[in-house]
Amino acid sequence: MRLLRLVPDNTKLHFMRYWRYMQPLSIVLSVGSILLFVLIGPNYGIDFRGGSAIEITTKDGKAADLAALRATVSDLNLGDVQIQEFGKPNDVLIRVARQDGGEDTQQEAVFRVRDALGQSYDIRRTEVVGPRVSGELTRNGAIGLLVTLAAILVYVWFRFEWQFAVGAIIATLHDVILTLGIYVLVPFEFNLSSIAAILTIVGYSLNDTVVVYDRIRENLRKYKRMPLPDLIDLSINETLGRTLITALTTMIALGSLYIFGGEVIRSFTFAMIFGVLIGTFSSIYIAAPVLIYFKLRTEKKDGGEGAATASGAV
Amino acid sequence: MLYLSRWKIALILAVVIGGFVVCIPNFFSKETVAKWPSWLPHRQLVLGLDLQGGVYLLYEVDRQDYIQKRLKTLTGEIRNTLRENPRIGYSDLKVQGQTVTLQIRDLDRMDDARKRLTALTNPLSNTLFGGQGTTEFSLDLGSDGKATYAFTQNGLEQRVRSIVDQSMGVIARRVDELGTVEPSIQREGADRILVEAPGLDDPDRLKQIVGQTAQLTFHLVDTSVNPQQAIQSRPPAGDVLLYSMNDPPIPYVVEETPLLTGDDLVDAQATFDQRDHQPVVSFRLSTAGARKFGLITQQNVGRPFAIVLDNEVISAPNIREPILGGAGQISGNFSVQSANDLAVLLRAGALPAKLSIVEERTIGPGLGEDSIRAGKIASIIATAAVCIYMLATYGLLGMIANVAVIVNVALIFAILTILGATLTLPGIAGIVLTVGTAVDSNVLIYERIREEARHGRSAIASIDLGFKRAIGTILDANLTMLISAVVLFYLGSGPIRGFAVTHAIGILTTMFTAVTFTRLLVAFWVRWRRPTVINV
Repeated sequence: MRLLRLVPDNTKLHFMRYWRYMQPLSIVLSVGSILLFVLIGPNYGIDFRGGSAIEITTKDGKAADLAALRATVSDLNLGDVQIQEFGKPNDVLIRVARQDGGEDTQQEAVFRVRDALGQSYDIRRTEVVGPRVSGELTRNGAIGLLVTLAAILVYVWFRFEWQFAVGAIIATLHDVILTLGIYVLVPFEFNLSSIAAILTIVGYSLNDTVVVYDRIRENLRKYKRMPLPDLIDLSINETLGRTLITALTTMIALGSLYIFGGEVIRSFTFAMIFGVLIGTFSSIYIAAPVLIYFKLRTEKKDGGEGAATASGAV
Repeated sequence: MLYLSRWKIALILAVVIGGFVVCIPNFFSKETVAKWPSWLPHRQLVLGLDLQGGVYLLYEVDRQDYIQKRLKTLTGEIRNTLRENPRIGYSDLKVQGQTVTLQIRDLDRMDDARKRLTALTNPLSNTLFGGQGTTEFSLDLGSDGKATYAFTQNGLEQRVRSIVDQSMGVIARRVDELGTVEPSIQREGADRILVEAPGLDDPDRLKQIVGQTAQLTFHLVDTSVNPQQAIQSRPPAGDVLLYSMNDPPIPYVVEETPLLTGDDLVDAQATFDQRDHQPVVSFRLSTAGARKFGLITQQNVGRPFAIVLDNEVISAPNIREPILGGAGQISGNFSVQSANDLAVLLRAGALPAKLSIVEERTIGPGLGEDSIRAGKIASIIATAAVCIYMLATYGLLGMIANVAVIVNVALIFAILTILGATLTLPGIAGIVLTVGTAVDSNVLIYERIREEARHGRSAIASIDLGFKRAIGTILDANLTMLISAVVLFYLGSGPIRGFAVTHAIGILTTMFTAVTFTRLLVAFWVRWRRPTVINV
């Protein structure tokens, strides 16, 4: 039986040769992402903004009349109300902005919307997040991210050397920042499950990075005199088959979740798919070159060769 | 590396078979499983609210409301203690922000005043390790007679904690009476209560039952004041203005101090009035309550008294004759259900403080079914696609990886079932993601085997070395993913947790299947076929 081969054996691609082009590209994309996220901001869901979301569906299964709905709900004077189709044309998502006043006013608003929808809609889902809780969720999300990064820094430092830990963190941050940036450009809501997605991307991207690092560490022992860029190239080539196969199987799984998993987790799977692509890229073009930048080889006693090339590349 | 001792083989197979057995009940309906003989496993996965529909309500103790109420009772206590014989003169007793202030006028009696006022600071009994006990209030009493009470941080926190405990009991009794749902009521942090009711699609009724303070009080109506005048000016001292539940609401001027409170009730039932057959709530009072009620009704025949629930007048009947037996009934425009609900609320007792909903998530049962269907389809397609791909890439070894993936998923379900964890939609996403990444460990091993084979090693040596070299990488790679999953679990809430649990379990089962089960299968294959070339 002929077996499928994505990557030919013994590839000798010179990844590090392109580093000088990839590095500015990554920096530009990262800075752009930060600017997008801070200046424009993603489409925050109610988890972070507070407010309510009500998903309804028509009782008779016909397409919903969005204009009529909009008129009905705007008569209630609840401030900013968004009404949009949610997946199928008979499903509608109504988002009501956070109401001024305490927690109880949020409840009151939802009650009035549901009351006004009358008999022609079934209510499938209601979510109300009070102003205080939304603040806490935002804070916990940010803390979660920082704690994860710290834990990983310690783990990689412990298992490898400090340059690896720094490289892993930079690569991971890069992925997180780009994912935050992409949320500004796509119509998906940024909610709690987006945070879950980002934290999972952290895990995946790191997994990928660690596999490459593992091989670099192994080759460092094996080829004592090889210049670092060549050694990294070799390591990446050796693990390239695995990197691509795993990325592909993960994409297959995520793709089926994206297409068949329903509207509720689409934002989550979208972020994951993007994250897997970015994570694969960053373990090759960010994580590995950082080792050159931080002069991994000069730490060893006879790495003069490697260090020279490294500073040449910088 | 390819040799495994007998007991190891037995252990690995036992875990795998055990995993499948534990999963079995999940493929059948609840009713079918209930009829099974007792030696078969019965435990099924608990489906999250998002998959079976239900209501998730996060309540929070309204501190401001509690503080204001508590300061008000403190004011009463101060008034009482200073009026005791011998009286101590005071003025300007009032609630000011979060404090109570007053001015002692009998400055020559300061020592006595200090003693009496200090007693009200209310030492907290359960201070750990004894020592300098803290008090609920701090008292600042100057020699000029100016006194200020303020909550101590400790006192307030302890109060809030006990409010949460008490409220949980009350809520449990109330929801229990609804009978139809199996709710879970949990404490969340210092001042929150999480109520989850699966399968319920009428959130409003649950909210009404759970959230109502249900403070029942009986007040005499002050007939000497015209309510309309009271609205325009203000009710006389000692009176308050309350409104009825009717639309439009009817105003009443009632005496502020209640004659009786819900604490004096021992029972409440929904019944029908014998004369007009309207639904009413009948109640019985405790012995002490009955005596008090008898005395009051004797003295006030002909006067109306107001039955008040949470500062709203339900009804204000006239006292026709003394009510001596300790039983009475509340009539008001009740439906059968609302009479029933009120009886439930009265029986279960009042909440010690107002609770507000800070988060609500309600999922209709229809949406839950849709989510399950979507999750199933996505999982099946993902698994099938990954399996086909692996088979095409690695041939027989790919087949082994596929078996490992399926065992992996079975083990995840088994562990979830054993732990009694709840499966949610994000949880399904976690499992699907595991399917995608689970083959990673196998890929790492196989790629190593390929490499060793390319370097000219014999088949058996390649396989052996492949496993040996890959294990370190597998550990490093999976542990990093595990770290992020564990952090996710501890810091996340709701949906994030559901995802983190299945993902973390998935990583653990992946490591198990990759380093033990796959190896076992490969070892069997090698022993059976004795391959000389590796076709990977």
